[in-house]
Amino acid sequence: MSLPDGVTRRDFDGREGLATRGSPVYGEPTDGPWRRWDPNRSKLGAMLELGMETGLGGGESVLYLGAASGTTVSHVADVCGPTYAVEFAPRPARDLLDVAEDRGNLFPLLKDARKPRTYAHVVEAGLDVLVQDVATRGQARVAALNRQFLADDGRLLAAIKARSEDVTAAPEDVFESVLDELREEFEIVETERLEPYHADHLAVIARPR
Amino acid sequence: MTETSTDAAWFRGAESGDLATARDAIEHGSAAEPADWPMQAVEAGFADDEDDYYRLLHAATVNAAREAVRERERADDQQLRHGVRAMDDAERTANELAERAVEWAGTLFDEVSGGVEGAREIADRTPETTAEHRAVSLSRRVRELDDEAADLRAFIERTAPAVAPNLCEMAGPVLTARLVSLAGGLEPLAKMPSGTVQVLGAEDALFAHLAGRAPSPKHGVIFTHEYVHGTRPEDRGSAARAFAGKLAIAARIDHYSGDYRPEIHEELADRIATIRERGER
Repeated sequence: MSLPDGVTRRDFDGREGLATRGSPVYGEPTDGPWRRWDPNRSKLGAMLELGMETGLGGGESVLYLGAASGTTVSHVADVCGPTYAVEFAPRPARDLLDVAEDRGNLFPLLKDARKPRTYAHVVEAGLDVLVQDVATRGQARVAALNRQFLADDGRLLAAIKARSEDVTAAPEDVFESVLDELREEFEIVETERLEPYHADHLAVIARPR
Repeated sequence: MTETSTDAAWFRGAESGDLATARDAIEHGSAAEPADWPMQAVEAGFADDEDDYYRLLHAATVNAAREAVRERERADDQQLRHGVRAMDDAERTANELAERAVEWAGTLFDEVSGGVEGAREIADRTPETTAEHRAVSLSRRVRELDDEAADLRAFIERTAPAVAPNLCEMAGPVLTARLVSLAGGLEPLAKMPSGTVQVLGAEDALFAHLAGRAPSPKHGVIFTHEYVHGTRPEDRGSAARAFAGKLAIAARIDHYSGDYRPEIHEELADRIATIRERGER
């Protein structure tokens, strides 16, 4: 597999790990301009670590749903072009702002990912990548609602959290039903469980139908 | 077509450096679908080129998000507390005054119905005698108070999700405000054991029980929630205990972390369903 431009493997205190160039955000180890991308704290980081074909080459335009305090989105903005980061909760958004401050290509939006109408007047159409990391029920629906921002040859990179859909059902059953729903709008390219980095998460790479 | 979609763009109506207007547009605007905003902004003369557009967009979104975060954080638990107390006072006073106004108007007009609704009808009448003037005027006060109570409720519904997102999802905005108010704030609520949360608002019954005069109360103000009053009486104690347990956890997450955790809501829904199944067997 190929890592995107701007992502590399570096040695941090004797352990090899992914890294991007940018100002440090969450106290991660750094090596000169490089800072470690911790796959245990980032589902996208885990997808790259597991060798999934994210299709990221560097420089893409991105809509990131569920940016939280900006851990992952900071690395995305280091590597990609215009990056729109949607987060609804005010407290994590405060940390996201500190991340966005230093990154001119990162646009923070305090919006609900289930209501794309409330940010369609800011986020441009025809984006290359839709990253979805929202831990809410109806994750497939959120992806379908936000498909409109994606170019026809764009990609969905989603981390589906089983426990957000149904805490009682077996994760495998939950993933199957989420994938079924996703197939209405997307063609699934690749899926992979994110163990050991994230329990009960399924990474999905898909293209719009 | 292009023109109508540009109408929706966040930069429409804003000068390039006008962050306040841009903030308003970003926060309150909407569009049915996205478009190539960078290109349209350059065409509209808002930005010189694409790089300039992204520079402006960065400044505008960071500013808008910062202001929105600040505003939502200013919505604190004490405002919620005052809001819910004022709403209760306004509702109670409106009801009391309505009784008085309706009783009076009943002696002056035909076909007067009771309560606040009755007072609202009287308020629309045109009074002729001095007595009618007074009764109608009193009814108008009732109408204003009732409107005020509705506005206060709307204020609580807007404020509660920002103050306590998880509590609000679990209990609804008004019950959230009541719990925060009874506990004296979100922090004291977060520090309460779930057994205390369970009987908040049932202090009289609790102290009667502690004095050995009554059985222990099974629920306080949380009775108003469907999870409790919608469960059959034999199982209400269990439902109230499960509900209060999760409310206590939600209050702690809201106070110490502030982010939304969907898992706990699922767990509670699941637990309540299990408790209710007992009655169906």
